[in-house]
Amino acid sequence: MTETTVDNYTPLITVNEPSSGKLLPDLTALARSREVLYFLTWRDVKVRYKQTAIGAAWAILQPLIAMVIFTVVFSHWASVPSEGLPYPIFTYCALVPWTFFSTALTLAAGSLLLNEKLVTKVYFPRLIIPLAAVCGTLVDMGLATIVLVVMMLFYGIAPTIGLVFVPLFVLVACAAAVGLGALLAALNVRFRDVRYIVPFLVQLWIFVTPVAYSSSLVPAKWRWAYALNPMVGVIEGFRWAFLGVPLSGGTVAISVVTAAAMLLVGLIVFRRMEDTFADEI
Amino acid sequence: MNAPAIEVVHLGKRYQLGEREQYLALRDLLADAPSRLLGRIKHSDDESSRARAHTWALRGVDFTVAPGEVLGIIGNNGAGKSTLLKILSRITHPTEGRAVMRGRMGSLLEVGSGFHPELTGAENIRLNGAILGMSRSEVQARFDEIVAFSGLERFLDTPVKRYSTGMYMRLAFAVAAHLEPEILVVDEVLAVGDAEFQEKCIGRMSELSTGHGRTVLFVSHNLDAVKQLCPRSIWLENGQVRADGPTSEIVHRYLQQNVALTSAGSWTDLTAAHRFGTGEVRFDGVCFGAPDDPEGAPRSGGRLTVDVCLTARRHVKVSSLAVKLSIPHGPVLISADPVMDGDVPLEFAPGEHRVRVEIESVDLNAGSYTIGVSMARGGSGRAWSVFDAVDDAVQLDLGSPLGSRLVRGQAVVPCRSSLTSFTEPSPPTRRTDAPRRARAAAGRRPSPRTTR
Repeated sequence: MTETTVDNYTPLITVNEPSSGKLLPDLTALARSREVLYFLTWRDVKVRYKQTAIGAAWAILQPLIAMVIFTVVFSHWASVPSEGLPYPIFTYCALVPWTFFSTALTLAAGSLLLNEKLVTKVYFPRLIIPLAAVCGTLVDMGLATIVLVVMMLFYGIAPTIGLVFVPLFVLVACAAAVGLGALLAALNVRFRDVRYIVPFLVQLWIFVTPVAYSSSLVPAKWRWAYALNPMVGVIEGFRWAFLGVPLSGGTVAISVVTAAAMLLVGLIVFRRMEDTFADEI
Repeated sequence: MNAPAIEVVHLGKRYQLGEREQYLALRDLLADAPSRLLGRIKHSDDESSRARAHTWALRGVDFTVAPGEVLGIIGNNGAGKSTLLKILSRITHPTEGRAVMRGRMGSLLEVGSGFHPELTGAENIRLNGAILGMSRSEVQARFDEIVAFSGLERFLDTPVKRYSTGMYMRLAFAVAAHLEPEILVVDEVLAVGDAEFQEKCIGRMSELSTGHGRTVLFVSHNLDAVKQLCPRSIWLENGQVRADGPTSEIVHRYLQQNVALTSAGSWTDLTAAHRFGTGEVRFDGVCFGAPDDPEGAPRSGGRLTVDVCLTARRHVKVSSLAVKLSIPHGPVLISADPVMDGDVPLEFAPGEHRVRVEIESVDLNAGSYTIGVSMARGGSGRAWSVFDAVDDAVQLDLGSPLGSRLVRGQAVVPCRSSLTSFTEPSPPTRRTDAPRRARAAAGRRPSPRTTR
């Protein structure tokens, strides 16, 4: 017994064996390491806007500039319909979750390589690293949402009761970002190709996501396949909650299931590969 | 009976050799797909080629550490020390066997893990503390202590990218030194930082182990530090435990073995060494030795002989033949040149020759040095021309003569101190002081750092 410990601390037994054989990452260990998650998130957010002239305003400017361009190109030139809503707010409402998702995915995919020193020199559950990348991006989304609220006031759009479901849609976006982000981060350790795939993937993904257009443009018989993209459910949910655009329950259900599947697959692959991160990175 | 704090059972770690594994591109995997399929059919072939591409960094390592014990781990580079620590700290998994740790673990394989240059000193303390496994309240409680330990109070709000390397290391050490897990695993971190800070850290570590009953596993090349901190040591060699026992005995055996490895008494071939000079006469080999030492090991303050073999292509007059001891990749500390000192040039006829240079007393502290050799012609009004110079001829590991005290600085200097007090005289103390001073005056040359 160690007399120096004042509390009734039962020794924590750690066993390091060839492989733990578990299917999923150890969630209790993850919970114990929440301090590290907190600090890494805090670091990511803090560092991202240090030594930038306008700091966190970038979090707002990115979707805002995209909004301006989309409005000119898709609304003024291409006359894309926007469910009877002013096009700027119609697209901005989608750009908030989309910017979150695409940034979170990109950062998470590169997170293990970026934090190579931590991977090879310190132990904490590895999943914390891509998780922190996603959590840091959540802060940006919070800021961008404030602008959305200001725009709603400007256009005189009253929010619906659906607002209480916004956290659910954010959760779905997080699940998809964490799942796919963890998967890509793990693959990135072994296959550096991922570095080139991710920007390309994000670029293409926006075309199958109703950011610049309304999902009502998609033929009804293909809606189910379209909803396999979890961001379809998330963005439709956002438009429903903030702007009152009608929502199909089926779409949300399919998107929730795909996001959950992405999370599960991502975690399983991450778990299978994480044992060798330190050796291969 | 206490269960051991650390229990290592038949631990082994295999690494893949070759570069393919490191930056494996998808392309390789696709290109290999057919052969992989074939390989699966021709199973035996695959296995044997795989065995060749692997190396065991650790194999069959067994030991236990009791709670509160401080264990040192020594061994040459590549002996598996770092791999062992990586497994104990769960950074990597063993290929076979297992390691069991009973107690809250903390490991220190690097100081300043997760430090971010853009963040301020204070921010990095909190971040690094969390990464090393301290809770927010723990960091908060020790924050002032950490700052005081680092001595960087004035720079806490400065981003660490503006710190000097020394300041950076001090801050990083300060956080690390306040980590208080039940089991602490420490790698070569003390090798960096200045001597004063090293001493501070060693002090802190011995405080942790003796005062707080922590289990500590300490890896270092600084054998003096190991002797000072660890009653027991393990000597790793080629991934296996070569010896396990009392530190003084293990270190002694290790040093003896190491002397043989670093070629005291054996010739080092210089024909292919990196060199410069005209080449009219060239060094072929070098060999150093310590003829006075019972173990033949060169020691701080002892006599050192350096023999060189050389080949002259024509008749040459060499007016300088220097043996230089320097810090590896650093400045030259000693340049012994008896030929130039004696002002009598050596004349070599075409053919092979052998010259011995003797250094009466190597007044350098124990440590690793590089021996370099050079020959030149010139002086007395003539320009110097270098025949041949090999800066990195051979490594010299100088042992410490006796003491296990930590040494500072590079050179050994005979010195003494005398005391003059200006406070209220107290006769009894003065009288007990007197004989000591008398002894010092009687010709003893006490050196404060090294006991001979």
